[in-house]
Amino acid sequence: MQTPEDRKYTKEHEWVKTEGNFATVGITFYAQHELGDIVFVETPSVGSILKQGQEFGVTESVKTVSSLYSPMSGKVTEINKELEATPAIVNEDPYGKGWILKLEISNPDEAKNLLAAKDYDSTLAH
Amino acid sequence: MPLNQTPLYEEHVKLTAKIVPFAGWEMPVLYKSIIDEHNAVRSSVGIFDAGHMGVIDIWGSDSLIFLLKIGTNNAAKLGENEIQYSILCNEQGGAIDDILVYRLKNKFRIVANASNTEKVLKHFESTAKSLKVSIHHQKDLHILSLQGPKSHELVKNFTNKKNTCQKMDGLLVSRTGYTGEDGFELFAPKEKCVQIWNNLINRGAIPCGLGARDTLRLEAGLPLYGHEYNEETTPLEVGYGWAVKFDDHDFIGKKALLKQTQEGLKKKLVGLKFHDKAIPRQGVKIYSGDKEIGVVTSGTFSPSLKIPVALGFVTPEFAKIGNIVEAEIRDKKFQAVVSSKKLL
Repeated sequence: MQTPEDRKYTKEHEWVKTEGNFATVGITFYAQHELGDIVFVETPSVGSILKQGQEFGVTESVKTVSSLYSPMSGKVTEINKELEATPAIVNEDPYGKGWILKLEISNPDEAKNLLAAKDYDSTLAH
Repeated sequence: MPLNQTPLYEEHVKLTAKIVPFAGWEMPVLYKSIIDEHNAVRSSVGIFDAGHMGVIDIWGSDSLIFLLKIGTNNAAKLGENEIQYSILCNEQGGAIDDILVYRLKNKFRIVANASNTEKVLKHFESTAKSLKVSIHHQKDLHILSLQGPKSHELVKNFTNKKNTCQKMDGLLVSRTGYTGEDGFELFAPKEKCVQIWNNLINRGAIPCGLGARDTLRLEAGLPLYGHEYNEETTPLEVGYGWAVKFDDHDFIGKKALLKQTQEGLKKKLVGLKFHDKAIPRQGVKIYSGDKEIGVVTSGTFSPSLKIPVALGFVTPEFAKIGNIVEAEIRDKKFQAVVSSKKLL
């Protein structure tokens, strides 16, 4: 699957798409594929303050558990409620309906610490 | 050390399986989805490459004496083409491995866990020293495991009995498995594996990986060496006293196990069912209130029950079915109901 160029990536396989002061966060196609069937996404509560790089939750697949790290600093404004009943949408549509949370970002400059799509892809090519 | 590959390795690659190292072998953990593969075995029929399992043949005039010495179960009770589950214990009663013993026409066959095969062979060789037995690791025989309620449709003409085997088209086939479903295990020579595998898939068997094998055996409450069993854990603690026959024969570890019977068990294996969503994995601690009472040995999301489930050891006073305990996952405690090991 093509890595979308309209957002930025972490080495830990999260993506973040910013629009003004708001950002949507999810995990990459590669991440969901490595995990396999996702059966639970543990998320922080709305209002939580996250720092860039901070662990904020986990994804559990049948086989394994993997930590989630916040790509940027900010306040959690929304959690994807669909994940509670159907966490498998992260597998089905990781860059769309399978988003995990939304942030009100506190420091847009942090984006410079993140990877562009082609740079993220090159971290996978080994 | 380079990893071993089963004769089906190229088939797994063609099916774009996710391949992982397991017990010294490169094995498929899943093809498309653990959940879909799991459901195929529960509702229809799946096929597993179990070519990593150790197949060890034993013959010679002392082979029954040898079998009685190494195994907790009574191999003398086996008629030709019958199969029994047994445990190889050390002198302390701890499990060296858990095995299946086949009585064939002129020999016994042992199926050992892949991770333990080398250790089992060494144990056999040192135990057999003064006996007239030959021990042969059948490296060119590989097990293909066909499992599920519809598996019998693909293995017609097999006698009905569970835990028996018979020759079919020159192959030894047994009605055994590790999924809690009806099923068959085929002992295929290296050169026939690919043909048999593809034939069964063409006739409707869904290829299933080690991931589904694990969720299936866990729901069925079947122990896995390295999780429920190890050299410090006895078959009595795992709840397999039915495969320990004290009255019939002397075996390695008997004294220690008898002592444990008299003194009482310090831990018991139980099933655990959770209603939250966090999954208890191996090593998660089990509590009753603030008191630590045990540890999870295997845990997963149960595709059939759609809840997290686990097997774990608890102190006997907490092992009663229906008891509420807690498991600590990522610094949070989650309630679980103690259930029988068979979780389904």
